[in-house]
Amino acid sequence: MNPRRAWAIIAGVALVALGGTAAAGAVAWAQYDERANATSEVATGGPAAIDEGRIVFRSTASGRGYGHVASVSAAAPEGERAVSDAVCDRVDADAGIISCVRTVRGITPSYTAEITRLDGTPLAQWPLAGIPSRTRISPSGELVATTAFVTGHSYATVGFSTDTSIHRRDGEDLGDLEQWTLLIDGTPSAPVDRNYWGVTFIDDTSFYATVGIASAGTTYLVRGDIATRTFTALAENVECPSLSPDGTRIAFKRLTAGSGPDAHWTPAVYDIGTGDIQLLPETRGIDDQIEWLDDDTILYGLPRDDVPGDSDIWALAADGSGSARVFIAHAWSPAVVHDGTDG
Amino acid sequence: MYISLRNAPASTGSAPRARGVRTVSSTVITLGVVSMLTDISSESVSAVLPLYVTGMLGLSVIAFGLIDGLHQGVSAVVRIASGYTSDRIDRPKWVAFAGYAAAMVARIGLLFASGFAALSAVIVADRIGKGIRTAPRDVMITIASPPADLGRAFGVHRMLDNIGAALGPLIAFVILLVVPDGYAVVFTASLAFAVIGVLILGLIVPNLRSRGKTDAALSPDREASGAALSATAAPVRNRLARDRPARARMTDVWRGPMRRVLAVSGLLGILTIGDGFVYLVLQSRSDFAAQWFPLLYVGTNVAFLAFAIPFGRLADRIGRARVFVFGHLGLLAAYVVAVLAWDDAVATVLCLFFLGAFYAATDGVLAALAAQLTTPDNRGTGIAAAQTVVAVSRFLSAAGFGVLWFTVGPEVSLLIVAAALAVAIPLVLLLLRPFLSSARQVPA
Repeated sequence: MNPRRAWAIIAGVALVALGGTAAAGAVAWAQYDERANATSEVATGGPAAIDEGRIVFRSTASGRGYGHVASVSAAAPEGERAVSDAVCDRVDADAGIISCVRTVRGITPSYTAEITRLDGTPLAQWPLAGIPSRTRISPSGELVATTAFVTGHSYATVGFSTDTSIHRRDGEDLGDLEQWTLLIDGTPSAPVDRNYWGVTFIDDTSFYATVGIASAGTTYLVRGDIATRTFTALAENVECPSLSPDGTRIAFKRLTAGSGPDAHWTPAVYDIGTGDIQLLPETRGIDDQIEWLDDDTILYGLPRDDVPGDSDIWALAADGSGSARVFIAHAWSPAVVHDGTDG
Repeated sequence: MYISLRNAPASTGSAPRARGVRTVSSTVITLGVVSMLTDISSESVSAVLPLYVTGMLGLSVIAFGLIDGLHQGVSAVVRIASGYTSDRIDRPKWVAFAGYAAAMVARIGLLFASGFAALSAVIVADRIGKGIRTAPRDVMITIASPPADLGRAFGVHRMLDNIGAALGPLIAFVILLVVPDGYAVVFTASLAFAVIGVLILGLIVPNLRSRGKTDAALSPDREASGAALSATAAPVRNRLARDRPARARMTDVWRGPMRRVLAVSGLLGILTIGDGFVYLVLQSRSDFAAQWFPLLYVGTNVAFLAFAIPFGRLADRIGRARVFVFGHLGLLAAYVVAVLAWDDAVATVLCLFFLGAFYAATDGVLAALAAQLTTPDNRGTGIAAAQTVVAVSRFLSAAGFGVLWFTVGPEVSLLIVAAALAVAIPLVLLLLRPFLSSARQVPA
């Protein structure tokens, strides 16, 4: 084939390929525009104020308000949802404050954590090193934990890691958790590739979290002590702990089959007093930090298979009785507001 | 800009040339464009993948991180095999083509199944494809370039390659800025660029063959035009090549002068801890780097592409081994700057500058050095071996550095590695002494 003919073919194919991309982009933009301005597929309205007894979450209902922080009454979760202006990937709300971790779109995206009072008054903001994954507020509202995924880059890959930090509500950073002492079976351990994620606070001095050791493929439930900067391993194969309101049990996701991308996690409850672990009746794999609705019921998000970007919040009895039911449709990242006072 | 296509009939062989206007083979430019398009294709998807997996699919990226690390290893093994295959059958173009095509075909699947499993499959196919295509492509760059200008040829190629790596994420994020949930559009664009790249490789790049090279090298205008070469010279060369038995043997690589280069690459690779760690040190010391964390690799990338050609030319002039070894001074400087108590913004920018310079002085230059020290019979194996030793030693280094990091803290460990590097560089110079001044010599 002579070069001129070859280049003509390439030009033709390039025109079709790039033109096709442009057309796909135009269609996608039109569809997005239509969706974003459509009436929400759920009933909205309700009180703007967030206070005790409400459940705060990220609304994934299509139409206006998609991705925004919304709230419903815990007593009537399927009722009208109050949609706020805040857009968050993950949200927690408790003890008078809201922690919103989000991706800020741009020529390159950046990631931030924003702390506001329940009425939206800003308190603090700080950058995150990667894509927001978890956030939790301490019972008093004094401390905020965030976990972000830090991903490498192809020619300089360090693979991937998590970046978990604890800040005071005014933005003060408590320092690098990875520098703390880690005790496994009572002896200090310094595995090369440990990552912390999924903090759940006990009070303002201690918390539970997961430490994962990638090469060994193990995860530990650890108890972190802020004063001594120490983690103590308590149990193996516990991921993303969540402490029950009465402080006696920890709900978490347990690896029950597969590994890597095929991992299957089942919700489970760990009794702190006895060390017993009970798997809950849920056959679908869950990949979320569980939230306790009350001492008897847990909540977790599950993405919808058929609609990318949409998800539901499910409820399940913590004692293993009954089966999972949809608690809030078109919702993600549930947070139960326990105490409206702004301590 | 001193790149110009060498299609003009005027021979530049021995005529005096103005400084800075020397040319690079059109085949090298074409290969660079193919790499650029392929990098746009793969980097656009990798850039948005974590967002897509967490934001749209609602999954954690932990699983993805694991699979990613796993297949780095697969890529290393595939690389040696493809370099060897390319030598054995003496068809580097078609071996490289298989690598580029693998990545393209996976992207077609992405349009129809955009779940997590499909995404993982695309990334794996891309990694394996990268493993297949890299060494034979570097062999083609070698065949298409005058031995004395090899460093610059690789510099030009790496510059174009890195432009693609910088443009890919940019294109992807601009698409997402316009259409916030437009991941399907990003995947479509990725496929479009992959198709164009593969097509250019298949239709335009001549079917260069190593073993005909020595015979063809006698002809002064052997690369007057890539197309002309394939049309006229190639049949003769192919006949010559067929007359000789395939002699590619892996052991030739370990036994020859490459032995020292492989040893040196391994040693220096062990002291290359990976940008990720440097970025983490920068991030932990300052809000400046933390805020720009997602952009740090882009800064390194831009420095890399800016230095690729100048350092390639320098390598041709003063010796590839020399530039390769001294390039590690850039790495040393990056380590030290990251720790020094300077202004955070200044430290961050300087650090990326030195890291980019380090990559520019080592990545393409190592391929040029490997090409210089191998014969046409085992060139692909030699280049692949050098690149694999670097990849594997850096992988081990990352694990080892992790231990150090947790034992004595980030700053001290960075200084320890910097000190080791400062000791290693003179030692390595001693080890490579036979090749230091042989920039323009072609080994027998």
